[in-house]
Amino acid sequence: MEVFDIFLLEAVLNGILLGGLLALLSLGLNLIFGVIDVVWICYAEMIMIGMYAVYALHVQQHWPLLAAMAAGIAFVALLGALMHQFVIRPVLSAEPINQLLVTGGVLFFLQAAATLAFGIEFKNLGVRLPPVSIGEMSFSLPRIIAFMVAVAGVAVTWLFLTRSYLGTAIRAISQDRAIMPLMGVNPDRIFVVTSALGGALAGLSACLLVLQYDIHPAIGLSFGPITFLICVLGGLGNMLGGLAAAFIFAQFISVGGFIFAIEWGYVIAFVFFIAVMFWRPQGLLGGK
Amino acid sequence: MKFLALALLAGTPFYGLGNYLLHLVIMCLLWGYVYTSWSIMGRLGLVSFGHGAFLGIGAYSVVMLWNHFGVSPWIGALAGVVASALVAVIIGLPCFRFKIVGHYFALVTLALSEVTRLVIVALRDQTGGSLGATPNTALAQGNPWSLGALQFSDKIVWFYAILVVWLAGLWVWTKVDRGMTRLALEAISQEEEAAASIGINVTRSKLFVTLISAVMTSIGGVLYAQYQLYINPETVSGIGISLQMVFGVIVGGMFVVLGPTVGAVFTLLLSEGLRLALGDAFKQFPALDLAIYGLMLVLFIIYLPKGILGTATDAWRKHSSARAAARR
Amino acid sequence: MLALTDVCAGYGTFQALFGVSLEVRAGESVAVIGPNGAGKTTLLRAISKLINLGAGEVTMQGRSLKHVAPHEVIANGIAQVPENRRLFPRLTVEENLRMGSFLLSARKKHQQQRDHVFDLFPRLKERRAQLAGTLSGGEQQMCAIGRALMSRPKLLLLDEPSAGLAPVIVQSIMQMVKKICAEGTTVLIVEQNIRQVLKVVDRAYLLETGRIKTSGSSAELLASDEIRKAYLGL
Repeated sequence: MEVFDIFLLEAVLNGILLGGLLALLSLGLNLIFGVIDVVWICYAEMIMIGMYAVYALHVQQHWPLLAAMAAGIAFVALLGALMHQFVIRPVLSAEPINQLLVTGGVLFFLQAAATLAFGIEFKNLGVRLPPVSIGEMSFSLPRIIAFMVAVAGVAVTWLFLTRSYLGTAIRAISQDRAIMPLMGVNPDRIFVVTSALGGALAGLSACLLVLQYDIHPAIGLSFGPITFLICVLGGLGNMLGGLAAAFIFAQFISVGGFIFAIEWGYVIAFVFFIAVMFWRPQGLLGGK
Repeated sequence: MKFLALALLAGTPFYGLGNYLLHLVIMCLLWGYVYTSWSIMGRLGLVSFGHGAFLGIGAYSVVMLWNHFGVSPWIGALAGVVASALVAVIIGLPCFRFKIVGHYFALVTLALSEVTRLVIVALRDQTGGSLGATPNTALAQGNPWSLGALQFSDKIVWFYAILVVWLAGLWVWTKVDRGMTRLALEAISQEEEAAASIGINVTRSKLFVTLISAVMTSIGGVLYAQYQLYINPETVSGIGISLQMVFGVIVGGMFVVLGPTVGAVFTLLLSEGLRLALGDAFKQFPALDLAIYGLMLVLFIIYLPKGILGTATDAWRKHSSARAAARR
Repeated sequence: MLALTDVCAGYGTFQALFGVSLEVRAGESVAVIGPNGAGKTTLLRAISKLINLGAGEVTMQGRSLKHVAPHEVIANGIAQVPENRRLFPRLTVEENLRMGSFLLSARKKHQQQRDHVFDLFPRLKERRAQLAGTLSGGEQQMCAIGRALMSRPKLLLLDEPSAGLAPVIVQSIMQMVKKICAEGTTVLIVEQNIRQVLKVVDRAYLLETGRIKTSGSSAELLASDEIRKAYLGL
């Protein structure tokens, strides 16, 4: 029996690549939850809209890819700010579960809006990058790019949150909202900024996903659940926990998918999630 | 008045509505029943995003047992119910014991519905994966119906079968609503500690309601599979259908007995109505109903959190009490 | 510098202040003393616009604060050290100070002002990288005062800085307040620890059940029978 399996190693490495992407995906959602205390069920659909934005600008309007991506990020950031102003703000003092549900309404709306605008056919950028081979192992180049950009995105967000005034205020507001005005901070403005930042992160995720996957109005449903579960697993609002959970989940999916089949990888990951919830309801790294 | 309305409803097949409209009424009743099942939990603050799991377990148990082992759907339905009950306990017990509530409960159950969908897809050799599955027909020899296989080509049979199940669902809803457990659960949904301190076994009460809701939902799955004679993982499990149930109830109103049914009727009529109203344009814009639906959900939750029927009954009560006051 | 005329305020249907008028002149240190529930905290919250005025007016350097949003009060030179300190527990001491200089005008002088705060409270410098939630009560109070000073306020409002602290620490905090005032910051302090606070302020107002009962210099009040009997237990 072989102790060292090169393909298992490949699966593990692919899992790490996927983990970086999942970390970025969950970061924005986690940030919004941590600050505003509302879970955006429609977060994955905002990513889907971002993917379509890049597609529309690059393929239909013939913009250069990078310009289309930059515009896509800006567009989803705007969408995030609008989402807060018009959907979340009116329910800020409502029951938490209604806050969750209202974003579910947005989910249906965005899905439908995408279907109206682009139909239900699969779309893609038509960008095909060659795989990268290392020895017997091969990796998809978009995945490697996505991993690196995602790690950079997470790092930049982290620096922003710890080094800048606005970032510090974003962290502070979740700890004591009532005294923020004494610091000269307008909480409403911080909420909008946070939502826009969450949107921008969704936009960045969209740019990375669109390189790897075909776009479809329902694509959000395929990675939306996993994004929430990562946030919950890490302890909602706990960004470090979210990052750790992303890499754990990615390993389940990648290695589990390698040993069985890809759906089983997801099944194992979800069952693991449920088990962890019973064991540590506050999340892996969450404090009580 | 109640009985008059019921008699009117029971006479539906004889109004010469034609197959399409009868089908719509059946779907309204079926989804009304499923939404009612969901709301038994939801109205007590146990907002589950995982009822797609129970629907899927019911539907797939019955079809798979029939197709692969020739087990009668009657027994298959029983198996589906037992399996759903088991899953409900496996998920519910730890959730309630460890006080997983609100967001967390919603997300745990969401994971459950996704697990169900993924398992169905992953077992594609047996289930047909995302292509879906059709029960082997028992009506080959010109038989209009087969009671043993629970297959009827006549919509009238289905109408009455589902009408009865729907009524039973409403009956259970009111039973739970009036029973002691409701008082207990209402206390629980507001103040868990307080409920526990007045001697209510919180875990057991929650589990009881969850079991009823799960079992009823899986029966809904069985009926759906047998009536439509086609199921696929997306329509009977996963996040999409689970959210649809939640929203159907929200739209109708979850604190009144007919609220979920009103939600189902509203949702179906909206999509069918738009289809008819827009005619050809609808073919061009297939998701317009979904867009309007989503928009309405957002507006509903912001402006009418009690749903259509809930708001209407509130307004009616206010109106009549004002009138009573004026008379005095 | 700060003037309140006939201020009424409260929470919902509960009224806590009934026509309070007082004045703080530039360079002064003034205390508002009184028993628990007299409305002292409400008074400071009304000045900082954390609650709305029912009636009356607050002016800072002759400008009415009527149409100033809560988060703009600080830009008028008023910083508050809130009741119970209210630090951000999961931010470090330094990050708490950074929040204090959130105003654009304060950011430019952040470094300089932070060094000044560290000079005033050397303990904070030692603990600069520590999470505020892990500080001792006295250190937290220092950090809260430091945070308020970061915006270089003209007027510093202090809400019960002695609450929950050991007597020896209360004394040192009070000395610090005196020093801050001597450096040119006007101080309005709300306190229950009347004996200690009257040692360091120039004047004081006595607030009871939402009304100003009496006022005078610290020496006058310390000598008054009313205060001695009711509050100093002499």
